[in-house]
Amino acid sequence: MSADVTLRDRFERGLAAPICLTWELTYACNLACTHCLSSSGRRDPKELTTPEALGLIDEIAAMQIFYINIGGGEPMIRSDFFQIIEHAVDRHVGVKFSTNGTRIDPVVARRLAAMDYLDIQISIDGADAATSDKIRGLGTYDQARRAMDNLKDANFGQFKISVVMTRDSVEQLDAFEELARGYGAELRLTRLRPSGRGVDVWDQLHPTRQQNRDLYYWLLDRPNVLTGDSFFHLSALGTPLDGLNLCGAGRVVCLIDPVGNVYACPFVIHDEFLAGNIRAAGFDAVWTNSELFRSLREPGNPGACGSCGSYDACRGGCMAAKFFTGLELTDPDPECVFGHGETALAAKRVEIRPTPSPDHSRRTKVILGTR
Amino acid sequence: MSAPTLASFDATAAWQLSEQVSLRDESFGALAYHHGNRRLVFLKSRELVEVVRALSGHESARATVAALVPELQRSNYEAALASLAVSDVLNVR
Ligand code: SF4
Ligand code: SF4
Repeated sequence: MSADVTLRDRFERGLAAPICLTWELTYACNLACTHCLSSSGRRDPKELTTPEALGLIDEIAAMQIFYINIGGGEPMIRSDFFQIIEHAVDRHVGVKFSTNGTRIDPVVARRLAAMDYLDIQISIDGADAATSDKIRGLGTYDQARRAMDNLKDANFGQFKISVVMTRDSVEQLDAFEELARGYGAELRLTRLRPSGRGVDVWDQLHPTRQQNRDLYYWLLDRPNVLTGDSFFHLSALGTPLDGLNLCGAGRVVCLIDPVGNVYACPFVIHDEFLAGNIRAAGFDAVWTNSELFRSLREPGNPGACGSCGSYDACRGGCMAAKFFTGLELTDPDPECVFGHGETALAAKRVEIRPTPSPDHSRRTKVILGTR
Repeated sequence: MSAPTLASFDATAAWQLSEQVSLRDESFGALAYHHGNRRLVFLKSRELVEVVRALSGHESARATVAALVPELQRSNYEAALASLAVSDVLNVR
């Protein structure tokens, strides 16, 4: 998907409905990844009920939102998971869901394979158990591989292997490509943002400037690798990467969280970016009328980036990455390819970083059993 | 049936919006989503959206364009339809 400049300007003014709507079904999760963008762990008792969830899908269908990205937490933990996704598919709303794979046994894999309009993303954080388990917990890499095996055996077709780029995993790009090829799967790489629990590990784990350069050139050569438009801040290096190349928060993108709160994007679960709740008057009302979204659709102030020759490609980068590293939204992205973000961070005499709200992390560390 | 190439688009055939495609009106035109290949396509004018919606009511793509579009712009519209056919948004009915 690529777009010309005039179209991008239109997008920045917002659409009738989002293109990329993420709905996190639950904050409950059986894992406790160190970089979890939604600080998941414990179920929120105010989670949307089954009838509320089905009603939301009806509204999504009426708004002609073509597909939804379902995540969590671990969405498959909800006992009505299949009811929800089957309802969506029945209403011609395509479903892409992200999972840690722990629930995809051979029986579940066959059930998934029997459905249309379904995309599955299995998350790993390394091309081997040592690298991946360091982030996701002991035994999780093997569990994810078993899920992939089960999908393959069930003839699910093409699924996606999804990896967040960290200082370690970015060194294994070729191995990920190989792994995906072995399964006939698509590879999807996304950016580590300092969101949720990611705020605690971002400093140590986000790729270095050199690694980001290498990643950019690797991606340029591989337009088939999916990125969810994650790396447009790297487009400042030259030829733009495939994608819309803009921050879509509140304009093209948004998040509905497990309790029905609507945030500008999945990576800004914080009161500052809370647009409203679907329980009041439905999702459409929030999308169309929220003051926050309306202001995001106004032309932004490019701030320090205004004088940068690459502003057109990079647009100052990711709002979430700036916000959670304590930068102003008019500052350069903390991973600005020219190092201006690092300079801006260093210039802050006192570092005040917002902490994610809410936090559903489990208070004690989970011990993972092996199955 | 495989999709045509840009050059082989047959404007005299009877085309329609594919049943696999959802069309959503937007201020700039419309977004089309193909549920089969999961691609998003941008229709960048409202007039083009009207032509696409009218296809099924005319005997051919060319007849549709002739009914709705001023003569000078017709070849542009046929080219736009051709590219929609290439991306499977349209098919022969
Ligand atoms: S200065 Fe701003 S616009 Fe330029 S590359 Fe850095 S972040 Fe992007
Ligand atoms: S805030 Fe960052 S992650 Fe969210 S839409 Fe903007 S660029 Fe993407």
